[in-house]
Amino acid sequence: MSAASRLGTEPSKATRWIILGVVGLVFSIPIIGLIEFSFRAGLGGGYTLDHWTGLFTEEAARTYRQLFQAIGNSAVLAVVTVAIVLLILLPTMILVHIQFPKLKRLLEFICIIPITVPAIVLVVGLAPVYSVVVSLFGSGVWTLAFAYGITVLPYAYRAIQSNLDAVPVVTLSEAARSLGASWPVVLWRVLLPNLRRGVLAAAFISVAVVLGEFTIASLLNRRNLQTALLQVGQSDPWVAAIFALLALLFVFLLLLLIGRLGSTRNRSSS
Amino acid sequence: MTNSIPTATTIAPSLTSTGSDDAGATVELVSVVKDYGSHRALNAIDLAIRPGEFVALLGPSGCGKTTALRALSGLETINDGRILIDGKDVAAVPTNQRDIGMVFQSYSLFPHMTALENVEFGLRMRKVAPAERRTRAEEALDMVGLGTFAQRFAHQLSGGQQQRVALARALVTRPRVLLLDEPLSALDAKVRVQLRDEIRRIQTELGITTVFVTHDQEEALAVADRVAVMRDGVIEQIGTPEELYSTPASPFVADFVGLSNRIPGELADGIVEVHGARLPLLGELLADGPVTAYVRPEDIVIVEAGIPATVVASSFLGSLRRTQVVLQDDTLLSIQHEVDIRPQPGDAVFLRLKGAPVSAVPRG
Repeated sequence: MSAASRLGTEPSKATRWIILGVVGLVFSIPIIGLIEFSFRAGLGGGYTLDHWTGLFTEEAARTYRQLFQAIGNSAVLAVVTVAIVLLILLPTMILVHIQFPKLKRLLEFICIIPITVPAIVLVVGLAPVYSVVVSLFGSGVWTLAFAYGITVLPYAYRAIQSNLDAVPVVTLSEAARSLGASWPVVLWRVLLPNLRRGVLAAAFISVAVVLGEFTIASLLNRRNLQTALLQVGQSDPWVAAIFALLALLFVFLLLLLIGRLGSTRNRSSS
Repeated sequence: MTNSIPTATTIAPSLTSTGSDDAGATVELVSVVKDYGSHRALNAIDLAIRPGEFVALLGPSGCGKTTALRALSGLETINDGRILIDGKDVAAVPTNQRDIGMVFQSYSLFPHMTALENVEFGLRMRKVAPAERRTRAEEALDMVGLGTFAQRFAHQLSGGQQQRVALARALVTRPRVLLLDEPLSALDAKVRVQLRDEIRRIQTELGITTVFVTHDQEEALAVADRVAVMRDGVIEQIGTPEELYSTPASPFVADFVGLSNRIPGELADGIVEVHGARLPLLGELLADGPVTAYVRPEDIVIVEAGIPATVVASSFLGSLRRTQVVLQDDTLLSIQHEVDIRPQPGDAVFLRLKGAPVSAVPRG
């Protein structure tokens, strides 16, 4: 008998299903509504596949050129943001974990800050920074990734840190060093393979956050998937709904993949 | 998962000292100082280790033994002093270039590699050809009795097996010095003794200079050629296990190495008088006066007539029996004797001190 059931705190099977059902409804109703809406023929009623099939026509390619461009922008932003996470955050975290463990709390605090700052406040602070960014790197959409690199910090940090805590990083790196490995070899051959799940999870979460970001892009006058969806939605709400659905599906698949990685880790460590 | 230890095979020529010109290096720590902030972990320690010698660093937690080992490995930088391997100062040489083998207290096998790949790692770093690498790694695994476990991952091995693979991994590169940082402390008692003996056998056959850190005095005395007893960042005494046990240089060593009874006595002219027995003083001369003498349990015997005592408890320890008795002045003593003498709690007995030399400290 588990401790929870001994204390009488474990909900019954029926209660669990009711909770699951209510939560499921809360999340699924808007999605179902979106799916239903994407098949509507118009305000007159009836359903059609035209909105979906229309996306693959040449005319649609011309009409929604800006939307496809925005998807490309978001993809670039996702890649650059992930690169920032992998090239700056990950080495910093490993360095702090191995060499400066006293700085762990400070790093955690810094990384958590963005989650406590509303996006609108972040933009107010970023606006003058971006005048410098533009003068240094130009006004390309990809520069938005510098801001996204900050907004994804809390999520990426958590994903990597949980993996770092689960692996004896210090002992493994010391063992590798004693066997003749240089620091780059330690990182590439010993640490990264053991941090793969945390790194992938951080990357996928970063992609999900970037694909769903609207406020910063909108207020800094950049076009990404979300700002384009808003624009398209004003002229063709069905297409906006379809793309919103596809983006949701993509993010859902990413999260499913993270979940599977987590369960694989649990199985292998049990 | 089984905890059984397969029988190790004989050591392959590629792993023996004759296979390398570098085996059996001299190691010297010269006035090594290591500070952690305001805390001095190593206080100008000096240690000279002969080629092929097995030296144990023994001491309580925080005495600096692991720091000394890590300084030797390069995992800790030192504030002052010199670290010489074969006469060459390596204090500024990074760990990966010191040519050492190291086994850690916690399990340190790379989890994403098989046992064989783990053992091959050091050879891969030295750019050994794949075929030779494989052969040598297999021989090293055979040496520690795990030849049939080559394709297993760390989580498929018991603690003892993981430490054996770690030992094979440390030795396969034929390092000049083998460093063992409490490699047995996470293992259960039986496996610990098996692996301890195994380490000693392999070390003797390879002739590799070895430094072994432990807080377990029995472990240190059992395997080492010499034991360095450390306390508060200094080496209190270094000597063979027999020297440490029979002629401890200080009360701390007497107390830490083996069991000692603390008995009040009077010191005069280098002789400690304890309950009528005259015991020569070991170590530094003290001022005459009241002292506390450190007397080994086996240096007190049960006799027909002598110091009266009452038995408190008696334990059977296999080849001997250890009995606790209390004297009339309430001093509690441990004595060791043959198993066929079976004192019962409450029995009145008489004791005699054999007269073996003792350490002592002034009694305030």
